[in-house]
Amino acid sequence: MPEVLVLIEHADDTVAKVSLELLTLARRLGTPVAVVVGAPSPSVVEKLGGYGASVVLSADDERVASSVTAGVVGLLASLVSSRDVAAVLLPSTPEAKEIAGRLAVRLDAGVLTDAVDVTSSDGQVVVEQSVFGGSTVVHATATRGAPVITVRPNSVTPEESPTSPSVETAPVADDGGRHAKVVSRSPVRAGGRPGLTEASVVVAGGRGVGAAEKFALIEELADALSGAVGASRAATDAGWYPHAAQVGQTGVTVAPQLYIACGISGAIQHRAGMQTAKTIVAINKDAEAPIFELADFGVVGDLHTVVPQLIAEIHARKG
Amino acid sequence: MKIVVCVKQVPDTWSEKRLDPADQTLDRAAADGVIDELDTYAIEEALRLKESQDGSTVVVLAMGPASAAETLRKALSMGADEAVHVVDDALHGSDALATSLVLAKAIERIGYDLVLLGSESTDARMGVMAAMLAERLGVPQASLASAVAVDGPTLRVTRVTSAAQEEVEATLPAVVSVLEKINEPRYPSFKGIMAAKSKPTSTLSLGDLSIDPSAVGLGAAATKVLDSTARPPRGERTVIKDEGDAGARVADFLASRKLL
Ligand SMILES: Cc1cc2nc3c(=O)[nH]c(=O)nc-3n(C[C@H](O)[C@H](O)[C@H](O)COP(=O)(O)OP(=O)(O)OC[C@H]3O[C@@H](n4cnc5c(N)ncnc54)[C@H](O)[C@@H]3O)c2cc1C
Ligand SMILES: Nc1ncnc2c1ncn2[C@@H]1O[C@H](COP(=O)(O)O)[C@@H](O)[C@H]1O
Repeated sequence: MPEVLVLIEHADDTVAKVSLELLTLARRLGTPVAVVVGAPSPSVVEKLGGYGASVVLSADDERVASSVTAGVVGLLASLVSSRDVAAVLLPSTPEAKEIAGRLAVRLDAGVLTDAVDVTSSDGQVVVEQSVFGGSTVVHATATRGAPVITVRPNSVTPEESPTSPSVETAPVADDGGRHAKVVSRSPVRAGGRPGLTEASVVVAGGRGVGAAEKFALIEELADALSGAVGASRAATDAGWYPHAAQVGQTGVTVAPQLYIACGISGAIQHRAGMQTAKTIVAINKDAEAPIFELADFGVVGDLHTVVPQLIAEIHARKG
Repeated sequence: MKIVVCVKQVPDTWSEKRLDPADQTLDRAAADGVIDELDTYAIEEALRLKESQDGSTVVVLAMGPASAAETLRKALSMGADEAVHVVDDALHGSDALATSLVLAKAIERIGYDLVLLGSESTDARMGVMAAMLAERLGVPQASLASAVAVDGPTLRVTRVTSAAQEEVEATLPAVVSVLEKINEPRYPSFKGIMAAKSKPTSTLSLGDLSIDPSAVGLGAAATKVLDSTARPPRGERTVIKDEGDAGARVADFLASRKLL
């Protein structure tokens, strides 16, 4: 069976949930091979094996880690040309999408971004994408090369499939190219909340929240549900919450199990970033707000009274 | 310093977008074309770099149908010096690979120290073009920038990824894509709008770029849309008016969906 390369995201002893989702999808297409930049700890290897990686390829090389995009592209390109590879799967983060694009140029292969599902039909890899802000569902395929596919977090539930992977060292060659170098790096969000794109629950606040300090209420609800905090552009532009939390066309696209929109009207540009959430709840004092067209459950009311009550209810029910 | 800014004409975000049922490409006739809002940040950054360095020029480059000339004019009215429009019927249906091939050839022909792009187009939303151009041009990629500084031949960029904020260094020439938070794009002034009318604008065909028409367009695409359907409307919806118990009723709903 051909192999499917999966670019793993890991930090210290943890593997990102999206990587486990990619390994789960990879098993539908071939034998999953986990590609790890850096030296994977034994617990990382065990975790990858738990989700079906038959081989863990480690590239523990400063040149790969410190060059912008190019190092990882070189690594993946050499693996594709030296092995029997059916597809390359990466997470749909901005940085991994760049790797995918560059790799596709180098391999002259089709690149498919933001897949929400990946299947194999008659030996052909087919992806499902949700385009135009989630209003249209598309099935697409690559017509040449091993398809390079980025998959949105939360597209599939990770399923275990225990194996004991062999750990191999991936060959890293100096390509002699001129690359941008990372001279320093400071990780974002050391805090306790999950990342916005990976979270299964996102609680988002908009202009209706009213003030920066009122976002504490949104954070409290997010924490009660172990979720991440999002914001509309009106809220980030007002400086009430960091830009990184902006959900929508010019922000992050999220597809959580649950999205709770508080004081957000539901402009088309905001919907573009959250429309594919499995369940949507909206709290808005204007019964005519377009967000209610999307909401599975909507409350016409003041978020400043509804949200505290909801938080209290959640705590009460969790005991 | 010579700065080339890639600008894309996209359907207005307020308009309905759909795929042409005949060939599954974006039905551009069905939507009004406007300059991609994200690209105005790249133009603004180019203008600021130009203003900080004497003798700099800003060339805006678009690949797209004849109507994309409007987008270039908007860029000129913001203050860019010159516009180049790659237009050719054979380009219809080009995928990202082909687009990057065409843009790279045009950029080489124009000549450049720095190429600036938006980090993602608002219609395709692939976010791949800066990386693809760096690959094709064989120059450093310093993308996803929230700050850009040029100091002699050295380029310094603050790069924001989903996991980290990075300080990145490269030597020019290089390719940079910018994030929305990098600046506040200026509005064209009346003077700028008038001046745009007399600024040099040239068009290039595939022949001018020595690109074989069979290497681009729908027929050459490395990806293919098999089918497209409108997303089915969401299932049953409930909207209640808060009667003092809405918090509890949301909790009931979440519990019924096993979300608590
Ligand atoms: C090119 C472009 C790109 C854009 N990209 C994005 C993007 O990525 N993300 C994004 O979000 N927007 C984006 N926008 C902006 C978008 O069009 C809207 O302006 C924005 O989403 C509005 O944010 P909002 O819903 O918080 O504010 P508003 O539209 O002002 O809505 C506020 C809502 O809060 C309700 N409200 C007020 N007080 C209360 C209360 N006490 N309790 C309950 N409800 C209350 C009001 O009824 C109202 O419905 C973009 C726009 C353009 C042109
Ligand atoms: N046809 C085009 N003409 C000029 N620039 C483009 C074109 N397509 C994409 N770009 C540039 O590439 C960026 C990213 O686009 P994309 O990778 O398609 O999301 C855009 O913000 C533009 O700067």
